[in-house]
Amino acid sequence: MSESVYQLNTLVKRYDSRTVVALDSLTVYRGEILALVGPSGAGKSTLLRLLGLLEAPTSGSLQFFGREVANGSAQADLELRRRLTMVFQRPLLLNRSVQANIAYGLRLRGDKSNGKVASAMEQLGLSHLARQNTRVLSGGEAQRVSLARAMVLDTEVLLLDEPTANLDPYNVNLIETAVRKMNAEQSKTIVLVTHNIFQAHRLAQRTALLLDGRLVEVSPSDVFFTAPADPRTAAFVRGDMVY
Amino acid sequence: MLKGLLDSIVLIFTGDSALTNIILVSLRVTGISLLISTLIGIPLGIFLGLKRFIGKRLVIALLYTGMGFPPVVVGLFVYLMLSRAGPLGQLGWSFIPHLYTTGAMVVAQIIISFPLVAGFTMSAVLSLDSQLRLQLHALGATPRQALWTMLVEARVGVLISIIAGFGSIISEVGAVMMVGGNIENATRTLTTAIVLETRKGDFSMAMALGIILLTISFIVNVAMLRLQGKALDQ
Amino acid sequence: MFKRFVSCICVLLMVVGMTACAAPAATEAPKATEAPQATEAPKATEAPKATEAPKATEAPTEAAAATEVPTAQFQHTAGRLILATTTSTYDSGLLDYLLPMFEEEYGVKVDVVSVGSGEAMKIGERGDADVLLVHSRKAEDAFMEAGNGTRREDVMYNDFVIIGPADDPAGIKGMTAVDAFKKLAETQTEFLSRGDKSGTHTKELSIWASAEITPTGDWYVSAGLGMGDLLTMAQEKQAYTLSDRATYLTRVKSGLDLVVLVEGDKALLNPYGVITVNPEKNSGIQADMATKFLEWIISVPVQQKISEFGMEEYGQSLFIPDSTAWKAAQGQ
Repeated sequence: MSESVYQLNTLVKRYDSRTVVALDSLTVYRGEILALVGPSGAGKSTLLRLLGLLEAPTSGSLQFFGREVANGSAQADLELRRRLTMVFQRPLLLNRSVQANIAYGLRLRGDKSNGKVASAMEQLGLSHLARQNTRVLSGGEAQRVSLARAMVLDTEVLLLDEPTANLDPYNVNLIETAVRKMNAEQSKTIVLVTHNIFQAHRLAQRTALLLDGRLVEVSPSDVFFTAPADPRTAAFVRGDMVY
Repeated sequence: MLKGLLDSIVLIFTGDSALTNIILVSLRVTGISLLISTLIGIPLGIFLGLKRFIGKRLVIALLYTGMGFPPVVVGLFVYLMLSRAGPLGQLGWSFIPHLYTTGAMVVAQIIISFPLVAGFTMSAVLSLDSQLRLQLHALGATPRQALWTMLVEARVGVLISIIAGFGSIISEVGAVMMVGGNIENATRTLTTAIVLETRKGDFSMAMALGIILLTISFIVNVAMLRLQGKALDQ
Repeated sequence: MFKRFVSCICVLLMVVGMTACAAPAATEAPKATEAPQATEAPKATEAPKATEAPKATEAPTEAAAATEVPTAQFQHTAGRLILATTTSTYDSGLLDYLLPMFEEEYGVKVDVVSVGSGEAMKIGERGDADVLLVHSRKAEDAFMEAGNGTRREDVMYNDFVIIGPADDPAGIKGMTAVDAFKKLAETQTEFLSRGDKSGTHTKELSIWASAEITPTGDWYVSAGLGMGDLLTMAQEKQAYTLSDRATYLTRVKSGLDLVVLVEGDKALLNPYGVITVNPEKNSGIQADMATKFLEWIISVPVQQKISEFGMEEYGQSLFIPDSTAWKAAQGQ
């Protein structure tokens, strides 16, 4: 782990007067999978949106590929924004065919090719649904389309918000395999928000615990799940209520 | 009823020039009004559906009021504005239409229909998932691309907004009568002609005009549906 | 996919239907309520009419009406008299002045359908009104001849005036009606026509006929409006038009600045008649009450009231009583 993709310092995000995220420091390295875990309302999704350059932080520093973007300038910088993709918790598919949905990001970039779309569908077991409208899909299929839509863009950074929430083991396995493959074969940098600590353990090289918008611990996953430094991490992993 | 139907067929096929003129005036006024109110209403609806700003509730309340506003009141308002003694009429600027012209009718029709277009568009946009825009941005959409995609996503609602606008315009009678004056070969539309024929006691002619109006309305609606369905389904 | 498309169309049609209905319903309400009769009621009454036509006397039909009332035709109910009349009587305020007296005296509610004379008679022909107060003598005679009415009486007359801008650009002031019309046609001065087959329009056409002119061209505007709306338009356009005096005077009070240029010509007199509708038209027709109304409006005291109408406000009578009883009482 060498180069950093994200470098966060004293980053704060407030909605009105409520502080949702307040991080002292966090680095995301190139080519790693970092899992963000924590109880509901800990600010994981907000942090992910900040990393996705979809919102500007209230204060602090957020560097993306060495560039300071905390001032909100990145929203306007299309080229910078297009170095990452984010998959939301809900699939948020367009009312079009599966194929058109997966091709959507490519078409935005003026890419008319179909090869990447076909291979992404192949990999996620969606080929037989190519011409179906997305409204007829099951939850697992929809989530896979949502992932495929991000995959085809081949961005260096991928942000995943609960990509397997409420899915059956078969779909979980399909998605986890795809994520692992992207990381291993294409050395994509992936930040994964998940409720499921076992998933974090399975996929991530490092895991971070977020509590009330603050970072409690960031450790290599082995350490995080077996010998955490912070007692609150231990409690969270055990399944205790943590505050 | 049956006689009205027969009369209308006879009238259409004999190419009665007065009737042709009435239909053309109706279509022209409706077409121009709908075009302009769509151009105003859809962007306004999108804006209200997506943006937050101070006074938004007030604007929406005004819009909803506009959606249910009696057309005759709009007619009266336009009448008073455009009248020679009215504030706009007195200015005498050439782009301000005179009373008793199709221009004045178009102005009234726009005021009547654009709140409908904007209101229905707004609710169509609001019915989209609030996170959709973020997802589109996250997929690398420019603001304009995201906006366009959302409009396409809301297409059924947007289409309904246009059709509602069309319906309100083509069927309007009170306001166009007031500001257009129902002048033969100039500002007489299908609806005002129906009122006139009824007043004359020529019920079968009125019925015939009614059937023509219904037919036009039906054809236009079917055409709009097909056109939009094809263009947007891809 | 297809299912959705179909349901989509249904929804859209409903929306369009609702919006399409909304506007006309507001303005054409009277027509809408009378529509059911269009298809059914006349048929039922026309059959017996063919065979029992000579029975057109009043007594039996009254009895018929009386027995039929409880079947509750929603337009015709006891205690409600439907009067179809011209816009001029209503707009001038004459009916608002007269009818409360009748309503009080007979304990009946008079519903006024205020339309053009043409439509009023059409409504009568269909049996959708009980009594008519109209001014279109030729059409009235034809109406009686066709057996649509049981009795017709002169009620009153008012007169028409030719009005125009005070500076009278066409120079018709003081002419006879026919000469004035000739002059207007000659100078191609803008003239507004009701164009709605109303009594006023009929009168206008008869003057054009006397002048042997068929008015066409940009200067002749066939507006298809009621008298009040037409005066508004004339004011706006500063054009000439023919109006009944009552409506004209009412509008002058509210700011109309057009002036009377031609008046007093015999050709401009406008007689009103009252007609009771033939009860065989429709089982719900209030023939008894209609007759009472007819006799009431031509009675001397009511005629006296008519002659007083407008005196206070305009300093002149708007309508001149003209019934046989009135004329007899005046010793004419």
